[in-house]
Amino acid sequence: MNIELIIGILNIVLISTTPLVFAGIGELVTEKSGVLNLGLEGLMLVGAVTGFITLVLTGNHFYSLFFSIISGVILSGIFAFLVLNLMTNQIATGLALTIFGIGLSAMLGKKFSGTPIEGLNPYYFITISFLLVFLVSYFLFKTKSGLIVRAVGENHNSAYALGYNVIKTRYMTIIFGGIMSSIAGFYISICYAPMWQEGMTAGRGWIALALVVFATWKPWRLLVGAYIFGGVAIMQMNLQAIGVKLPGQFFNMMPYLATIIVLVFISSNKLRLKLSAPASLNIPFEKNQ
Amino acid sequence: MVYLISIKLREDYSNLIFYLSPLVAVVLTLFFGSFIFLILNLSPIESFKIFFISPISNSYGISELFVKATPLAIIALGLSYCFKNNIYNIGAEGQLTMGAIFGGGIGLLFNDSTSIFLLPLMILFGAIGGALWASIPALLKTKFNTNEILTSLMLTYVALFILDYFVVGPWKDPAGYGLPKSMPFPDAGRLPVLFDGLRIHIGVYFAIIICFITHIVYNKTLFGFKLRVSGLSSKASQYAGFKYKNLIFYTFIISGACAGLAGLFEVSGPIGLLYRDISPNYGFTAIIVAFLGRLNPIGIILSSLLIALTYLGAEDAQLFLKIPSAVGFVFQGLVLFFLLGTDFLNKYKVSIS
Repeated sequence: MNIELIIGILNIVLISTTPLVFAGIGELVTEKSGVLNLGLEGLMLVGAVTGFITLVLTGNHFYSLFFSIISGVILSGIFAFLVLNLMTNQIATGLALTIFGIGLSAMLGKKFSGTPIEGLNPYYFITISFLLVFLVSYFLFKTKSGLIVRAVGENHNSAYALGYNVIKTRYMTIIFGGIMSSIAGFYISICYAPMWQEGMTAGRGWIALALVVFATWKPWRLLVGAYIFGGVAIMQMNLQAIGVKLPGQFFNMMPYLATIIVLVFISSNKLRLKLSAPASLNIPFEKNQ
Repeated sequence: MVYLISIKLREDYSNLIFYLSPLVAVVLTLFFGSFIFLILNLSPIESFKIFFISPISNSYGISELFVKATPLAIIALGLSYCFKNNIYNIGAEGQLTMGAIFGGGIGLLFNDSTSIFLLPLMILFGAIGGALWASIPALLKTKFNTNEILTSLMLTYVALFILDYFVVGPWKDPAGYGLPKSMPFPDAGRLPVLFDGLRIHIGVYFAIIICFITHIVYNKTLFGFKLRVSGLSSKASQYAGFKYKNLIFYTFIISGACAGLAGLFEVSGPIGLLYRDISPNYGFTAIIVAFLGRLNPIGIILSSLLIALTYLGAEDAQLFLKIPSAVGFVFQGLVLFFLLGTDFLNKYKVSIS
């Protein structure tokens, strides 16, 4: 192996991992406030298709990104309304969002698939993704608002009793997560591919979800985890190219297996679980109790 | 004038609203769906006819409806045990896949068998495969307190990659032109069809039997009572001396076995061999079926037929309306959104003064 090949591989890892960082960091903030959103895959797909269609129609990358984000705001807003105001089951609502998003994106994109577009340079977003991790980490652990988010996620009843607006905080974090997922989708259809194809996010939403757990809800670990997951996926292709006899599926299942192992490790000890997972995760907040 | 909307927890539990809300959700979905058809420049009435009526206007269509409803009903019936117990097994897709691998593997192992025992053995292994896969999140939950939602979901993808490994690797049909599929199962390993020329198979009987058993378990047995109690409050169930951990384990095993059974029925029934995409999301869609049927065995049978229709309608819509078959997912997603939304009225009393 020469140095150029290594740089080439690192470059591909960098380009292919960025959507995981975006979607993952968004979900991390949502989960920190105590809400589990399983709708990432749907949000990403709709974000990807909205950005793509806007770009085809207007030819303007800025509008494209703008409408992609709007789609994320609307969809995650619906999710937030359901789980926060109507107190629906977060798991079922998230799954509904994913199923709905898969269908909606395929329907909207049908007419436009195969249209050539002018892609966007991925390096802007790669740079932003690193900055984003820093900002989220700073926000969560060094600002008062971040403390409120974490308080709401740890114990929403106490946070409410202290006078914090649990519902409003969670609306913010859910919509932030929605925006990040739609940017991840935008990145895939405009920067990474650049094209539109039905179901093109190819399960990245689920990997991003695993990533948040793998990172034990910590932003910097999420960044490292994303590059490990992304690296494993790229390594699989290259190892097979140089003749390593390990089935590719083995590499593909690694992120999921690693996440289960991490989950077992943190859950088996009560203190460790308290230090990692938001205690109110997936528990609905009912004001009238 | 000022209107105040007050929301209060319902004290009088309304059975009527409980069973009416799925109907409301379906009506709202149709209303919203017609809106989507209008946006796509299609006549809603024509589209609904193609989507919901024409697929089941002949015997072939009705048979296909049951072909799709059977796995959905079997999986959803199994899942209802978990959901009643407030345990979220969302990895039915993976358990289905494992059932197909285990049961299908038996079919491939004895691929020259003509024994009448082959099919029962495959069915048994299908159920075992699903149950084993479901026992992993159950064990992790009871031994290490891990979140079963996340582990069962992660294991789904692991199972899909294992199937992928088998069909492109050791089980690939040597005469299959290099396609990622196994050789077909022997005739003795195929599920008998109910009518010649149609694909409806004896899995339907299993669905009905499981529905019947589930109905009895929920209403007439101590186990069903324990499930209900611990579903309402796991603490109360522990105070009552029920072994909550055992309940978690049993419900996972039951739902896994059902999903595995459904997976085996798919591969030894309509498909006839193993390949990558054995399930069009049945394991996830069954979650919708279970909720839409209100975790009630008969309700689940009805909702499985309705959701099966969205699969058929979507196929016809692709053919005649030239819209992607994924439109079926739009309807499935919508119906779940609306159902969850209307559930609010179930729990809370809203009054405007």
